[in-house]
Amino acid sequence: MNTFKKAALVMALLGAAACTNPDRFGENGGANGPGGANGGIDTSRLDPATPEYFNEAVGNTVNFAVDQSTLSPTAQAVLDSQAQWLMANPTYVAIIEGHADEQGTREYNLALGARRSAAVRDYLVSQGVAGSRLRTLTYGKERPLAACSTEACYAQNRRAVTIISAGSAGVS
Amino acid sequence: MRFILAFILALFIFIPAVSAAEPLRIVIDNPNIEPMPFATPAFQAETPAANDYAARISRVVADDLVGTGLFREISQDAYISTVSSFASPIQYADWRAINAQALITGAVSVDAGGRLVVKFRLYDVFSGAEMGEGLQFVGSTDAWRRMAHKVADAVYERITGESGYFDSRVVFVSETGPKDNRAKRLAIMDYDGANIQYLTDSSSIVLAPRFSPTGDRVLYTGYETGFPQVYLLDVANVGRRALQLPEGTMSFAPRFAPDGQTVVFSLTTGGNTDIYRLNLNSGALARLTNSPAIETAPSFSPDGSQIVFESDRSGTQQLYIMSANGGEPRRISFGTGRYGTPVWSPRGDLIAFTKQAGGRFHIGVMNVDGNRERLLTASFLDEGPTWSPNGRVIKFTRETQGAGGAPSLYSVDISGRNLRRIRTDNAASDPSWGPLQP
Repeated sequence: MNTFKKAALVMALLGAAACTNPDRFGENGGANGPGGANGGIDTSRLDPATPEYFNEAVGNTVNFAVDQSTLSPTAQAVLDSQAQWLMANPTYVAIIEGHADEQGTREYNLALGARRSAAVRDYLVSQGVAGSRLRTLTYGKERPLAACSTEACYAQNRRAVTIISAGSAGVS
Repeated sequence: MRFILAFILALFIFIPAVSAAEPLRIVIDNPNIEPMPFATPAFQAETPAANDYAARISRVVADDLVGTGLFREISQDAYISTVSSFASPIQYADWRAINAQALITGAVSVDAGGRLVVKFRLYDVFSGAEMGEGLQFVGSTDAWRRMAHKVADAVYERITGESGYFDSRVVFVSETGPKDNRAKRLAIMDYDGANIQYLTDSSSIVLAPRFSPTGDRVLYTGYETGFPQVYLLDVANVGRRALQLPEGTMSFAPRFAPDGQTVVFSLTTGGNTDIYRLNLNSGALARLTNSPAIETAPSFSPDGSQIVFESDRSGTQQLYIMSANGGEPRRISFGTGRYGTPVWSPRGDLIAFTKQAGGRFHIGVMNVDGNRERLLTASFLDEGPTWSPNGRVIKFTRETQGAGGAPSLYSVDISGRNLRRIRTDNAASDPSWGPLQP
C-alpha cells in the first residue's frame, strides 16, 4: 500500500506537471516538449536504459480530452520519445494501459480505455516499434490517478500509461 | 447458500368464505396508490425451539411488505385483539376498528426432525374472510429468513395479483479501500441486504456480475490474468473458469441468454469493441456487430429473440435493438444526452437504462420501441440498472462525489417512487438481481 501510494504520488506530480502548471517545476517541467517530462525529478543520475528513466525522463503517460481517444500534439511528442526509447532498448516490452475518468458508465469506459490504449499502440507502431512488443489493456474508470471529482482530476485520469517490463512476460 | 433447501408446500383445509365485499387488491399501476394498512401480530411459537424464530419471521414479513412502498404497517401498540393461537377465530371488528385492511397471522414450530415449519394465513379484514388458503413452508432453521420471504411473497401475490420478489438474491461487487486503489470482491446477498457471502477474494479487480436465469451461475469480468476477461462462476462451489476466447483479446459486459447456455459480451480486438455470442456447451463463437464504434452492454429480450445494446456509432452512446443473430440494428433512444447499460425487463415491456445529461446521471425506463422515456432517479452518478424478478423494481449503483466518494446499492419502483438505499457492510456496486427462488 505504501509503495503504491508513493508511486501514485510521483505519477500525480507528473500528471500535474503535464497539464496544469508547467512553471511549478521549473523550466524543464511538463510533458510539452519533445524532450519529455521529468516532473522536476532529478533524472541525470538515472541509467537511460532503465524503466525508471523511461517513466521519469521520457514520460510514461499521455492524456486525452473528454470522451476522446485522439492524440494531441503534446501526446504525440511524448510518444515520439517513448518510441525512440523503445527502439533504443529492444529487450523491453510494454503494456499500454488505457484509463477513463468516472464520467461514464463502467462498460463504456472499459471500451473507451481500450480505444485510448490502442491509439497509443498504433502510434508507437507507426514510429517504428514492433507491434509484437506492445500489448494493450483497459482499466476503464477502475484505477483513477487522482481521486477527486473535478475536471482537474478528471483530466489526469483520462490517460494512457506505457508500462515497461523486461523480456516478453505478459505480452503475447 | 450452502444449505440444501427443500420447501414443502402443504395446503390447509380451506373453507371458502362467502362475501360480497370488494376483494382486497392493490393495483400497482395506479398512479395515486395509497399504501395499504396491514397488521401482523408476532407469529406464534408453537414449540419451545421456535421461540427464537417466530417473532423474527413476522418482523421480516412486515419489513418486506413495507419495503415495497405498497403497504403500511399498523403499530402493534394499536392492536385491540390479541391472537392467542393460530387456530382461534379472527375478531374482524377489532381489526376494522384500527383500519387494518389486511391481517397476517402465523405460527412457527420446530418439528421432530429439527426442521422449521412456518404457517400463515391472510385475512381480508373488511370482507371478513380469509384470502386464499393457509400455507405452510418447511425448511432448515438456517433458512428462516427465506421462509419469511416466502410468506411475504405469497401475501404480495394474493393482494397485487403479481408474483413477488422477496425470496431472491442479488450478486454484486463489494468494495473496500481508497478510490484510486479499490479492492473489489464478488458477493451475494438476499434481496434486502441480509446474508452477505463472498464469492471471490479481492486479489484482482472483479466487475459487473450477472446471474444466470436460474441463479446457479454468475458471469463477471475479472482481471486475474491482468487483462479483463469474462469468467463463469458456479455459485454452489465457487468454481470459476475464463470463457475460451481468442488469444490477446479483452472481454467484458457479459450477460446470459434466457436459455442459460448462450452468453453475449463485448470483445475488444485492436482497440475496437464489438458484441459477440458464445455457446457455453459447444464453444461456438459468433460476432454479432461489426463496426468501428463501441458496441457494448448487450441484454436479451425475455424470449431470447432480440438483443438491446449501446453503441456510439452515431457519435454518442445510444440504445439499439438487433436480432439475437446480429444484423442491422434499429436505434430506439433519441433524447438529448448519452444512453447506456440497457436492460430488458423480465416482463418484456420496458428497457431500463443509464442516462447522462446535463452533468447528471439518471436511471430511466422506456418502452421497447423507445417511446415514453421516464427518468426515475437523478444524482452525481447513478448507473447499472437491474430488474426485480417481477419487473416492478430496479436496483442500481449510486456513487457519491469526491475523493471520499463511494458506491452503494439503491432500489426504486418503475414509477420512480420508493427510492431506498440497501444497507451493506461495505461500499457496493454493480447489482444483478437473480430469479425468485424455487
